[in-house]
Amino acid sequence: MNVDFNPEQVQFADALKRWIARDYSFEQRRAMLRSEAGSASQAWATLAELGMTALPVPEAQGGFDGGAVDLFVVMRELGRGLVLEPYFATVLGAQFLKLGGGHAALLERVAAGDLKLACALGERQARHALHDIALRAEQAGEGWRLSGEKVAVVYGQDAGVLIVSARSAGGQRDEAGISLFALPHDAPGVQVTGYRSLDGQRAATLRLDGVALPASALIGAAGAGWDILDAAADYGAGLLCAEALGAMEALFEATLDYLKTRQQFGVPIGKFQALQHRMADMFIHLEQARSMAMLAAVKLDGADAAERRRVVSAAKYRVGQAARFIGQGAVQLHGGMGVTDELAAAHYFKRLSMIELTLGDRDHHLARFMAQPGFQQAA
Amino acid sequence: MDLHYSDEDLAFRDQVRAFLDSHLPKDLQAKVLKHLRLSKDDFVRWHKILAKQGWVAPGWPVEFGGTGWSPVQRHIFEEECARAGTPRVMPFGIDMVAPVIMAFGNQQQKDHFLPRILSCEDWWCQGYSEPGAGSDLASLKTSAVRGVDADGEHYIVNGQKTWTTLAQHADMIFCLVRTDPSVRKQEGISFLLIDMHAPGVTVRPIIMLDEDHEVNEVFFDNVRVPAANLVGQENRGWTYAKYLLGHERTGIAAVGRSKRELAFLKRLARREQNNGRPLLEDPLFAAKVADLEIELMALETTVLRVLAQAREGAKAAPGPEASVLKVRGTDIQQALTELMLEAAGPLALAFDAAYLEGEQEHGIGGDDDAAPLASYYFNYRKTSIYGGSNEIQRNIISQMILGL
Ligand SMILES: Cc1cc2nc3c(=O)[nH]c(=O)nc-3n(C[C@H](O)[C@H](O)[C@H](O)COP(=O)(O)OP(=O)(O)OC[C@H]3O[C@@H](n4cnc5c(N)ncnc54)[C@H](O)[C@@H]3O)c2cc1C
Repeated sequence: MNVDFNPEQVQFADALKRWIARDYSFEQRRAMLRSEAGSASQAWATLAELGMTALPVPEAQGGFDGGAVDLFVVMRELGRGLVLEPYFATVLGAQFLKLGGGHAALLERVAAGDLKLACALGERQARHALHDIALRAEQAGEGWRLSGEKVAVVYGQDAGVLIVSARSAGGQRDEAGISLFALPHDAPGVQVTGYRSLDGQRAATLRLDGVALPASALIGAAGAGWDILDAAADYGAGLLCAEALGAMEALFEATLDYLKTRQQFGVPIGKFQALQHRMADMFIHLEQARSMAMLAAVKLDGADAAERRRVVSAAKYRVGQAARFIGQGAVQLHGGMGVTDELAAAHYFKRLSMIELTLGDRDHHLARFMAQPGFQQAA
Repeated sequence: MDLHYSDEDLAFRDQVRAFLDSHLPKDLQAKVLKHLRLSKDDFVRWHKILAKQGWVAPGWPVEFGGTGWSPVQRHIFEEECARAGTPRVMPFGIDMVAPVIMAFGNQQQKDHFLPRILSCEDWWCQGYSEPGAGSDLASLKTSAVRGVDADGEHYIVNGQKTWTTLAQHADMIFCLVRTDPSVRKQEGISFLLIDMHAPGVTVRPIIMLDEDHEVNEVFFDNVRVPAANLVGQENRGWTYAKYLLGHERTGIAAVGRSKRELAFLKRLARREQNNGRPLLEDPLFAAKVADLEIELMALETTVLRVLAQAREGAKAAPGPEASVLKVRGTDIQQALTELMLEAAGPLALAFDAAYLEGEQEHGIGGDDDAAPLASYYFNYRKTSIYGGSNEIQRNIISQMILGL
């Protein structure tokens, strides 16, 4: 049941595996997690050296112009390694810039590993609906003025540039009238309050108080940001499926190992049929999730927008189901050990839970799947 | 079979409500309702308030300081406490070691320990589990060797306990220890009461996945325990431990708390927006809440049926039926925390230890209600593991009830 990856993709994966084994052991990761920054600058430099930061960037800006399947391979390894670096946030930001056109200088800096990006898309009232935008962008001379708040901005504190969705026209939940901006972290009037989440990632609340931006900060055309936003969010959701897959694979293997070694009643606990069946169900979930994560990656490169939406929502939903079943099951099968901070399994479980809440949870994507044209028609 | 409360029961409920209204400190209540972490002082404070009223040990016989309430009244009391948002009374002294001391301890032990449990002078913890003895508890290894010295008869205890809840606060631990390694594993176990301040006792924290310090490892290195601290007979400890497990446990279902949390969930989901409408109006989400509410109704009715049985004297104490209540009760508790997490959505990402400890006013992520929910969800995975995992409960149901 394996899809073949090309030799470059295999190389990328191997390089990451070696790096994670050497520099990103569970103990090393715990030290980073407890540090102020929550990640390591050396790790980012290494990711750049390995070509990871150049991977999503077009060749014209010094990148490798990698497709979604290339990124799938990378995100899966980062998921396996529970890597804390703001890589996903940066790749997602780069996708906005790519889809918008222009912003070559920023992309060049991303490729070189000099610039981290973050995406400020969520608002308090919006939950998972990215078109529900209250943050205002008003035209001011040639440029713009932005005011409002964004929440749960993943790695918002680390980023040199934040991609911000704003409302420049229309009602709060209209798809028309959305504009996207590249906002420098240090622009006057930007207030970033950072915090950490239980999975060790960093996030922030972003407050903008009349922040002035030049016309060049606009991504794509004014008022026409929704198509870019929708496509980029799908790209991000698809890549999160890959990260979740990597995490589930590692968690599944650790649990299988535990069932074979932990002894109770004089036998390895894996001898109990109740646990065998649960593990078998976890395996079935894993295979289904693997299929959907792969399908999403393939459809991100090339499919038309309607098909992309349908498949990404199906994938994020199905991977979410698997993440919950496997995450909870793994903790349960580890018994008391499973609920301690000392065990990697608990950290995989936490990361999986947070991935579920990012870029649309299961209900959100199920509803979106049902809303796609064609769902109501008989096949 | 009567599934409804009698007029006396309802009057009793009013009495309990009035007491809680006037005696539950508002700051404690706020901490509980907001899902913040409670300190030792918080638990002790509430324990003492109940003790003063004579209500801290509802299940004890009156002669020892109990209430004389019927099982239904005790259920009502538990439910009202949960509804109001009281801290829980730690079960280790009141509900666990005390019944064993009453049933099997000698007069001296009763005279000494029971009043101190009532007054909360001693904080107790439970030393059953060991690294190699979890579900298979009877394989425990901590040894206690009997001897005599200048100060008299005693045991020398060596070994390790683990998962000991809140042992960092404890003055006393009740332990299962191995006193005869040569016989069948259930037959060489004794029930020993050990002073946590005795030389040779070490407590090491285990940090949980929500980064809370809730459980510990406890090490015994040549700890000298007076022989007077043996409960009942040597090598009969397994029988006493089983007596405890088979004891009345309808409280295990935690129906009252789940009702309170369901109400919280609905409030949260009415306030959170989804496409400009309250989340609770979203059919997908609402269906999950409704499903849970119905499960909870079924559980509550099951609890009332068990209580009615006890009232009719058909059976003194639910044995294996407690397993049904544990599995369903914890499933529901966990599902509630899951839906709360979903309701909070991305706002639940924020982790703010200072806020959870009550040291800080506002959650950094922005939403005070949402801030503790991820911790709550992660922490509650424990409920299907401890106190006999849900797999073990299913084994009990299939073997003891179904005869499979
Ligand atoms: C938060 C917390 C607080 C606790 N507090 C205390 C305390 O105060 N005092 C104390 O003594 N103990 C305490 N415990 C320990 C608790 O009772 C044990 O964790 C529990 O009995 C499970 O044992 P284990 O962790 O060793 O898991 P294991 O027994 O190793 O179980 C691992 C997995 O195997 C399954 N399994 C094992 N045997 C079987 C079987 N025969 N059939 C099917 N499945 C099986 C289990 O269900 C579980 O999924 C606490 C535990 C936790 C998590």
